[in-house]
Amino acid sequence: MAQQVNSNPALIEVQEAREEHQIEVIIGNLLRICVIMVVIVVGIGAALFLPNNSRMISDYRNFASEPAALRNVMGIIHLALSGDAHGIIQTGLLLLVLTPILRVIFCVFAFLYEKDYLYVIFTLVVLGILMFSLSGG
Amino acid sequence: MNVLEVTGLVGAGAVAAGLLGSLTGLGGGIIIVPLLTLVFGVDIRYAVGASLISVIATSSGSASAYVREGYSNIRIGMVLEIATTLGALLGAFLAGYISTSAIAIIFGLVLIYSAYLSIKPREEHALAHESDALAVKLRMPNTYPVGSEMVQYGVHNIAGGFGLMGIAGVLSGLLGIGSGAVKVLAMDHVMRLPFKVSTTTSNFMIGVTAAASAGIYLNRGYIDPILAMPVVLGVLGGSLVGAKILGRSKPRSLRILFSIVIFVLAVEMLYNGATGKL
Repeated sequence: MAQQVNSNPALIEVQEAREEHQIEVIIGNLLRICVIMVVIVVGIGAALFLPNNSRMISDYRNFASEPAALRNVMGIIHLALSGDAHGIIQTGLLLLVLTPILRVIFCVFAFLYEKDYLYVIFTLVVLGILMFSLSGG
Repeated sequence: MNVLEVTGLVGAGAVAAGLLGSLTGLGGGIIIVPLLTLVFGVDIRYAVGASLISVIATSSGSASAYVREGYSNIRIGMVLEIATTLGALLGAFLAGYISTSAIAIIFGLVLIYSAYLSIKPREEHALAHESDALAVKLRMPNTYPVGSEMVQYGVHNIAGGFGLMGIAGVLSGLLGIGSGAVKVLAMDHVMRLPFKVSTTTSNFMIGVTAAASAGIYLNRGYIDPILAMPVVLGVLGGSLVGAKILGRSKPRSLRILFSIVIFVLAVEMLYNGATGKL
């Protein structure tokens, strides 16, 4: 019986679709955990920042760009490690930007596993574009 | 206003945006920029930066809910993402050279189009089971569940979808929005995919597209942590509550209300852009 089922190409495809769906469920849950982590990190930064600066006047009417240390990955991590609230919040935001990138990296492995090399290349192209952007464009 | 007041009020606005966005299925990102610029007088570059980050938050945060709802097509998503990420890079690059007034005007036009799409009923095409030759070559046709059965669906006009996705990417990078409306249009109408597939695939793509311009925004200093903090937390909280209240049903009266809000904001954006106030 089992062999008959497996020899039917339509059923094999259905099986594949279900397996792919399973992988997506795992990725979906993984992403949610990442987002929860982001909320915690941003929350810690906010808790450090707000009590000491709540009376500071905030003005976003004129664009003056962010300080250099908050504009690149290494600078942000460095600031966060020194306990700076801006750096910690920005690290949380950076983690958030990494979540879709994580999803793409996961796809590289999924396509490798399926031995679909054309799609491995497509996915690497997307990953390359994302890395190009994150490294400063 | 001081930091505490701005954080509280922006956070409350972001909760409302996330709530309305998830109740109507339009995403909250589209009204964050008008909210920040028109109500709080924030420079459009800071507003676009905070908005883009919130778009990534909702895309990643709601991924597991979308997966339960439908079946995304990762192959279609990945090919189209080449178009959206390249478009997003171009959009983010252009954002540094186009005047803020011009960005406000483009934003207003996109808002009007979104308001129109949100009241227009979404009609499913008669699904074709056959596909274009290129789609077959790229192994795109797949199956999705209808009731308890798995049904095969066809894929059409990849070039058309790819082109439209490039435009969606440029708008996303230029305006800090998810461009979900344009993405769904490309997959529903041009490539003729079933709703369940296009909606889920679009959610997957929105986060990746936004991440492609986020890096450039970050390096340009558009992302202010203190402003982005209440926006991200508020939109996430609002969309979570919205999803809990209604599951996935989107009442039409609410969509009409939201589209009126969007339309009013659009007119304001156009007016402020045209008079050079933004």
